[in-house]
Parts: sequence; C-alpha cells; structure tokens
Amino acid sequence: MTPLAQLLEAALFSANRPLAAEELCLLDSEASLADVRTALEQLREHYDFGQHGIELVELAGGYQLVTRAVHAAAIERAQFSQRAPRLSAATLETLAVIAYRQPVGRAEIEEIRGVSAGGVLRTLQERGLIEVVGRAEGLGRPLLYGTTPLFLELLGLRDLADLPKAEELSIALHPHAPEDSEHAAEAEVAIPAES
Amino acid sequence: MTGSITIPLTDMAEDGSAFVVELDQFTGPLDLLLHLLREERIEIADIPIARIADQFLAAIHQLGLNQAADYLDMASRLVRLKAQLLLPRHSDEEGWEDPRAELVRRLLEYQQIKEIALWMGRAAERRALNLARGYLPPPPELPPLPLTLDMLQLLSAVERVIAGIPSPVLHKVVARPLDVESAVRRIESILSVQEGCTWVEALGPAPTIVDVLSTLLALLEMARRGALTVTQPAPFAPLWIARDPSRTAA
Repeated sequence: MTPLAQLLEAALFSANRPLAAEELCLLDSEASLADVRTALEQLREHYDFGQHGIELVELAGGYQLVTRAVHAAAIERAQFSQRAPRLSAATLETLAVIAYRQPVGRAEIEEIRGVSAGGVLRTLQERGLIEVVGRAEGLGRPLLYGTTPLFLELLGLRDLADLPKAEELSIALHPHAPEDSEHAAEAEVAIPAES
Repeated sequence: MTGSITIPLTDMAEDGSAFVVELDQFTGPLDLLLHLLREERIEIADIPIARIADQFLAAIHQLGLNQAADYLDMASRLVRLKAQLLLPRHSDEEGWEDPRAELVRRLLEYQQIKEIALWMGRAAERRALNLARGYLPPPPELPPLPLTLDMLQLLSAVERVIAGIPSPVLHKVVARPLDVESAVRRIESILSVQEGCTWVEALGPAPTIVDVLSTLLALLEMARRGALTVTQPAPFAPLWIARDPSRTAA
C-alpha cells in the first residue's frame, strides 16, 4: 500500500463516523481528491482480496471501516458490541414517506399513513434520523422535515439515490397487473433485490 | 393500551372457520384496510365498499379511545362511500366518477410506502451486521410505566409532598393609607401665610414615602380644583407652588 493509503487507513480506523473523500484530503496537503480516491480504492482492494475480518464500505457520502457481516453473531454473543436496534413498522413507514417526499410537512405524512405522526416524528428527530429543513409557505408555515446523513448510515446507503426507484417497486403503481390472487397476497414481500 | 383485541369475523369465511384480527399488529387504518382486502383476495381497484366498511367497523369496535381517532376517521369515510354507492345511477351516465377513486389512490400510495418501509427495514438489518468502530447503540426507548394507584396511595403521596414544603412563606401586605386630607391642610396653611412655596417645603419635615405620595396627590387635586398652580421653570428645576392669583383677593 502507498503511504497515502496507509494514512487513510489510520484516519478511518480512528474515526467513529463515515469520512468523506473531501474530508480525507485534509490529511495531506499534497494529495488531490483524485489521489485520495485512488488510495481508497487501493485500500478497499487490500481488504477485499487479502483475508480480513473488516472491510471498507461507502455510505452516507463517506467511507467507513466496518466488520464483515459473518462475524456479527459471534461478536454479539460475546457481548463485545451490539448491533443497532430494529426500527418499528410505524417508524419505517414514516421514514419512507420522508425519504421520498422530502421536504415534507407533518400533514402530508399523516395523510399518506392515515395516522397521527407527532410522536414518531419526535422520536425520529431525537435519534437524529430526520431534521427540520425548512418551513412551508401558507397557513401556519408548518415545519418541513428531511432525512439526515445518519439515516443513510443506518441503512447503509451511499446517498438517497440508493433507495429503490418507484418503477422498481413491484406492485404499488401497477394496479392492473395480471390477475393472480396468490400473487397479490405475496406481493408485499416481493421487494427488489439488494442494491 | 387495552392489549390486543381479537374480533372474529365469522361472516367472511365461507368454511365457517373464524378469522381473527389483532389490531396491535397494524400501523393504522390503511394498514388494516389493506389486510382486510388481502384476506378477501380483492383487487384494490375493485373494493366492495359495503362489505369492507362493515368489516372495518367490526374490527375497530372495541378499540380504546386513544387509538380510535385515526380509525374512526377512516370508518366515517367508508360509511360515506357506502352511502354514495347506494344511490341509484344510470350506467351510461357520463362524467360519473367512482367515489372510491380517492380511497383507491390512497391505498395504492400507502401500499407503496409499506413496500419501501419493508425494503428499508431489510437494508437497516443488513447494515446492522457491519459493526463500525466506536459505534454506541442509542439508549433503548423505555415505554412509560402504566400508572396504577388507589386513592389512599394518592393521598399519602400528596401528604409527602406537602410535608416536604419548608415553612410556607407568605408575603404580608401592610395597609398604609395615604393621608391626602392632612396634606391638603398643610399646603393650605403654608399658602395662607406666603405667596408660594417649594416642593420640599410642602412635604413638611422628615417626610416618609407615604407623605411624599400624599403630598403629590394633594397638589394634583388642589391644582385641579384651581386652588393653586404648580410650575417648573426648567426641566428638573424645583417645583414652585403658588396660590392661584385669581383667588388672592378672596
């Protein structure tokens, strides 16, 4: 590995959040953004082709060193670390509305989900997954919400474009799909393959 | 919450086996509605409103009030739709819009959101398997404990709170009535022997705050009656209190 790749490795090891390539440029005044990207690629290959328990992943607009998924169970059993708790169905639905409609106000979220959203919005804000991104025009100038980088980090997405596109969704926009009641019953679990 | 509520919807299973709905498992009225449609294997675009409305009402029948608001809103929409569809119409009527269209649109939209939520849940689970350095799990969300207590416990709690209050600090209000009449008499007696006087003279010896206020009110009152004039030659200059010149003859 080049000295720059080693430096990046050290920085990524020390950080407790994903670091963007632009941020990593600060490490070495000589290095250009292109140099950093090349070194990151080298680092990724180092972990992927050597036999390593950790890997370099790209998420939330940055890079992070994480353990490989196969080791999660053993690490958890020994209680050395713990995976993030699962999100409830109501939380995920609210996040889905916000992710796709942002900036979006509370009224629209409630209209789409058919339930009041105050409590869930507060929890999501406390957990740093959404934030107020502005105010709508019109009566009362209601708050508008959007997702945060932490949301991307939690889902392991590089950016919002990693979310499934509307045309990739299996059923919702195709109400006149071939009639097949068995198929309709299972349609909800037929989600697109991993990105 | 009242826990899970099970409602047998016997009329919809042809073989007689009871079909059971647990409301806790639904995230809202649209979720429940989708479930009912799925159970009946009905295309969303072709909802038999009358039947679904009845099933929906049966399902929410025993809901606690807190949860019920969102469900009642949907129930009222369904009942209205049911009524609208009962009205006779000519099949060849032009411009007739299916009153179910709005509901169908919302259901499709919600179904899409559910699908995305499912996808996102799986993405989060996959991601959670990659442990990062320095990751601190957020503190678990503890639900508030249900408050159960009887009247005696409540009263003893109130007593403990009252006992904990130090000694009650009360502000005592002392009535110090202003004596405007005697101030008027003092000023009149001064003005009976001299043309005018200063504010300090009018106050009398060793004035208290009450004397100052009484004198001020007396002066204003007498000036209003025309018994004297109060002049101030310059800003912040001493006041000069003079007998009303028109009454000097009296």
